Amino acid sequence: MIKYLFAKEEDIPQGSAAIFFAFSSIVWFIVGTGLGSFNAAKLAFPDWFTNSYMFQFGHMRQVHVMTVIFGWIAMAFAASMMYITPALGNTKLWSEKLGVWNCLLWNVGLALGLATLWSGMTSGREYSDFIWPIDLYIAAFIAVPWSLNVWATIVNRRTQGIYTTNWFFAACVFMTIIVFLIGNLPEFFHLTGLNEGYMTWWFAHNILGLLITPVAAAITYYMIPKITGNPLYSHRVGHLHFWSIVVFYSTPAAHHLMSSPLPEWLKSFASVEGVLILVPAIAYVCNILLTMQGKWTMFVENVEIKFTMTGVFLAIPLNMQGGFHQTRAINWYIHGTGWIVAHAHLALLGFSTFAEAAAVYYGIQVLLRRKLYSLSLANFHFWMLLIGFSLYWTSMTIAGLIQGAGKVYEVPYIDVVIAEHPYMIVRWLGGTMVFLGNIVWLYNMYMTARAGEVVPEGRLPHEVAYQR
Amino acid sequence: MAFREYNVGSICFGIALAGSMMITIFFPTGDISNIPATEISLDKQLTYGYESGFNYWDPFLNGKNKPLKVTLTKDPVTGQPMDKTVAYVFKPGVKFPNGIYKPRILGHGPKELSERLGRISAADDSKGAVFVIKHGTYKGKETPYIENVTATKGWQPEKVLATAGDANTSYAGAGKTMFIREGCWWCHTLLPEETQDWQTFGRPPMTGDFNGESPTAFGSDRKAPDLLHVGSRNSSREWMMLHFFNPRLVQPHSIMPRYNYLWGKTDAHGNPIDLAKWSKEYQEFYEGKRIYPPEVPDYRPDSEIRYLIDFVLNLK
Ligand code: HEC
Ligand code: HEM
Repeated sequence: MIKYLFAKEEDIPQGSAAIFFAFSSIVWFIVGTGLGSFNAAKLAFPDWFTNSYMFQFGHMRQVHVMTVIFGWIAMAFAASMMYITPALGNTKLWSEKLGVWNCLLWNVGLALGLATLWSGMTSGREYSDFIWPIDLYIAAFIAVPWSLNVWATIVNRRTQGIYTTNWFFAACVFMTIIVFLIGNLPEFFHLTGLNEGYMTWWFAHNILGLLITPVAAAITYYMIPKITGNPLYSHRVGHLHFWSIVVFYSTPAAHHLMSSPLPEWLKSFASVEGVLILVPAIAYVCNILLTMQGKWTMFVENVEIKFTMTGVFLAIPLNMQGGFHQTRAINWYIHGTGWIVAHAHLALLGFSTFAEAAAVYYGIQVLLRRKLYSLSLANFHFWMLLIGFSLYWTSMTIAGLIQGAGKVYEVPYIDVVIAEHPYMIVRWLGGTMVFLGNIVWLYNMYMTARAGEVVPEGRLPHEVAYQR
Repeated sequence: MAFREYNVGSICFGIALAGSMMITIFFPTGDISNIPATEISLDKQLTYGYESGFNYWDPFLNGKNKPLKVTLTKDPVTGQPMDKTVAYVFKPGVKFPNGIYKPRILGHGPKELSERLGRISAADDSKGAVFVIKHGTYKGKETPYIENVTATKGWQPEKVLATAGDANTSYAGAGKTMFIREGCWWCHTLLPEETQDWQTFGRPPMTGDFNGESPTAFGSDRKAPDLLHVGSRNSSREWMMLHFFNPRLVQPHSIMPRYNYLWGKTDAHGNPIDLAKWSKEYQEFYEGKRIYPPEVPDYRPDSEIRYLIDFVLNLK
């Protein structure tokens, strides 16, 4: 890849940027889940690996979160956009060279950001933990070149209309830049007090809601019709999804702070808007499930569909939780407990990770024109992720309910800590499964690039039977 | 953009997004910014100083550039005994909190009084200043405000520190930086919940309790007791010291990490601290091979753990 940095645009093979992004994202996924599993171990066994500044839980937690969000999730998005956007526009990526540079700068910036974070330089704001120079770097060298490539590719398309997926891609990268710049205003201009607290969660809510979930959904809008061959069930419902995301998802930031002294009108407004998130959620899931009509066998037979549909199925409990647990009636019980951690992993490790993994699996095969090296390893990866995630989610949800009960009955806090201990161990085991599964995945993808069956001209990888 | 629909769509998108920004940023922040500061928020900003997260004056979060909170029983100018007075000392060069630079954020009442009676605009951070919190009446209501006693009474930072002495000086400002850097807020919240925490963790904060503080570090994920009022539940320095060195010394089931590295390389008597040896001996104790756990070393008065303990005990 390095050799393409200074090559002429025409000499760079199509898809280079996407492949570079795809492999980088897998590597960051391994790093990120490895850190996650280390953190989980620290919460389960606090006297393990102590005496050190670097490996203390409070220094590592944000490194895990930032690695998985900016390394895995966002890079896998970039990888997907770099091949899906041109494919849907029947054209080439606007600039492969910009894409390759973007990926390099992204890796460098992220490594730098994580190193500063790990060494204790933090803004002290959850999800915007990076210090503001890194935030500016991310906006300027990560988000802007990425968006430019997506927008210019869409503008230069050779189709008449723009497919739903590209609507989402173009809008979400735009909103990400806006959210990044506005959400970090407290750091840029030293805003203080409740404004700072509120803006922290405004950023967190919107980066999750306007980048991560809609782009993951947009990816499934591409994968399902492409692989099953069924047209999308309804473009109108797709548009309902899009518009209701823009209107409803961008407003309930305050539902993260329901128990804080924010103005009451703001909390009530956020709570109502939060329930309305069910509109895009239901529209989306129905649309995808109906698109699958008649092709459900592929859910078992085809590994990309298996990943995508699992993601879509996980979106159902995700949105049901999300819509309801932010109302005042429920929020006070589960706020600040492991329930929320489980919910965060349902969104990221469940829904969007499965959707993206499908896109990365598929993209690498299409771009390298090689059939997946081993279906068995892919299935192994799938089950490691799914079982690992399920253990994680179940254990943290139970731990959260225990903490909730602890709040109501006012038991001494230490009894809650004791009661949670077994679930902390289960969480660690589940997370470690995810981590191990990912190592297998990297091997499988590497071997695909090296030794996968060549896909004949004019065919798509999923149409070609496995040879071994 | 061949279709007219796409132009219309882009415009609708712009309107929708701008509308949502209007409602979620412009209105709330306008509303929040008008809230008058309470005494708690005046105390917090004067204790914690300009910024506790990453900033230009303390990029590595070592607790530099922070005010000191002292308790005086003698007037630093005349030397006469006086009622216990809490003063916030900013040595020359230490940045003031936002409320001094931008009195607007103190809200109506505290702003006017601090400027008129408290003469905070006369404070100069290159020369240092000492502040206290006073109460006055604004439009018939009792209102707290900040007084710049360097301007009103001629209290000089060095003199005030010398009068108070190290024992009456709290490094809570630097401690808040430690609290942020060490990620205590990933487990502990600083926000008792309005619905059910009154009994266990104490009074939840009010809207005006935050003016000028940054970061607020509410914490979102509670794996441990809320700390907003922990200093009133437990004010033992000794307990804190054992608990931070290894929480399992005082609470065998705790999952809190050890913060023994905050002691630095040497203890209060200049002896080197050997954490590996300590851990080994602790392990022997844990396995029942020793009757007592190894001793926890005394900390130096300028160690990071001193800052942190001062911060925690200051959370009343
Ligand atoms: C891994 C999570 C975790 C982290 C990180 C953590 N703590 Fe704790 N802390 C706990 C738990 C659990 C308890 C309750 C059991 C106990 O007393 O040790 C506790 C208890 C405490 C208490 C006693 C509370 C009371 O109500 O008596 C204080 C004070 C405290 N922690 C301060 C801190 C500070 C300061 C930091 C950061 C340097 C910190 N903790 C970091 C988990 C954590
Ligand atoms: C190996 C698998 C993983 C493990 C073991 C793991 C573990 C953890 C742990 C221990 C925490 C801290 C939770 C707490 O404070 O109680 C955490 C937080 C978090 N993790 Fe993971 N994680 C894993 C995978 C992932 C993945 C794949 C993602 C996203 C793609 C992710 C996203 C997050 C997020 C967003 C948080 C913050 C949650 C919150 O604020 O409540 N994690 N993770």
